[in-house]
Amino acid sequence: MSTPAHVRIELQSNPLYLCGVRDMVSSVARRLGLGEPAAAQIALALDEALCNVIRHGYDRRKDQPIVVELTPIGPAERAEGLRVVIEDRGRQVEPEAIKGRDLADIRPGGLGVHIIREVMDSVVYERLPEVGMRLTMEKRAGIGDRGLGPGGDRGGCGGRGAASPGSAA
Amino acid sequence: MSPAPLDIRVEQLKDAAGTVVVTPSGEIDYSEAPVFREALRRVSEGRPAKLIVDLSRVAYMNTPGVATLVEALQLAKKNKTRLVLAGLTERVSAVFDIARLTRVFEIAPDRNAAIAR
Repeated sequence: MSTPAHVRIELQSNPLYLCGVRDMVSSVARRLGLGEPAAAQIALALDEALCNVIRHGYDRRKDQPIVVELTPIGPAERAEGLRVVIEDRGRQVEPEAIKGRDLADIRPGGLGVHIIREVMDSVVYERLPEVGMRLTMEKRAGIGDRGLGPGGDRGGCGGRGAASPGSAA
Repeated sequence: MSPAPLDIRVEQLKDAAGTVVVTPSGEIDYSEAPVFREALRRVSEGRPAKLIVDLSRVAYMNTPGVATLVEALQLAKKNKTRLVLAGLTERVSAVFDIARLTRVFEIAPDRNAAIAR
């Protein structure tokens, strides 16, 4: 039984919105106490994944739906990590076919999947039943990582103190 | 902290080497990479002997930005231009590390070090 998402965002597949989504996920990760390095890595992985959805899933069309869901691993007040789920309605591919290029082959492109797998602890691609793909990624706070860096003291989000993040789903 | 659109400054130095310095300011992501690519393409058309890309004002870069630099490197080799990257921030440097590109590019600590090379 999967836990309901705590944060859910729907956006169109327009690259202009990616900066806002990565800022948001980075803020949430810091607020959950994951620390600046983990927050930055989660934002990078999400950004790369959304780029891939727009480019490969939607052939660069800018008006297609993408859903991003965030769920803390463990209680939000003592999160051990963050689960990020991305769903689209784009072209389906076999999950086994999604792999980064050989890094010894120096050429533009093909790095996004490699970066996602490198910075996240768990990465699972699935075909949705009829159309589209789901990517589930998890990042756990590293030992000594929690609370490090700006915003890692749960005092972020405009200094609203230690109020529990509410459910935006 | 949503970023302003990418700003790119192009500077022709008055040195014997005919160095051109390109300084982007902002975030180079999927949305902004085409602007960066076009700026580098235009500069490369002039076939400078040395092209420095000062990344010290780039707070964030993901693979579209990295791919643009790989393209610029390939074009530079073709044009016999020496491409030097300078001033990589910690976050940008981390992406290069993951992609194992730090040995592919000539990288200087900052703009002055790149000019002095």
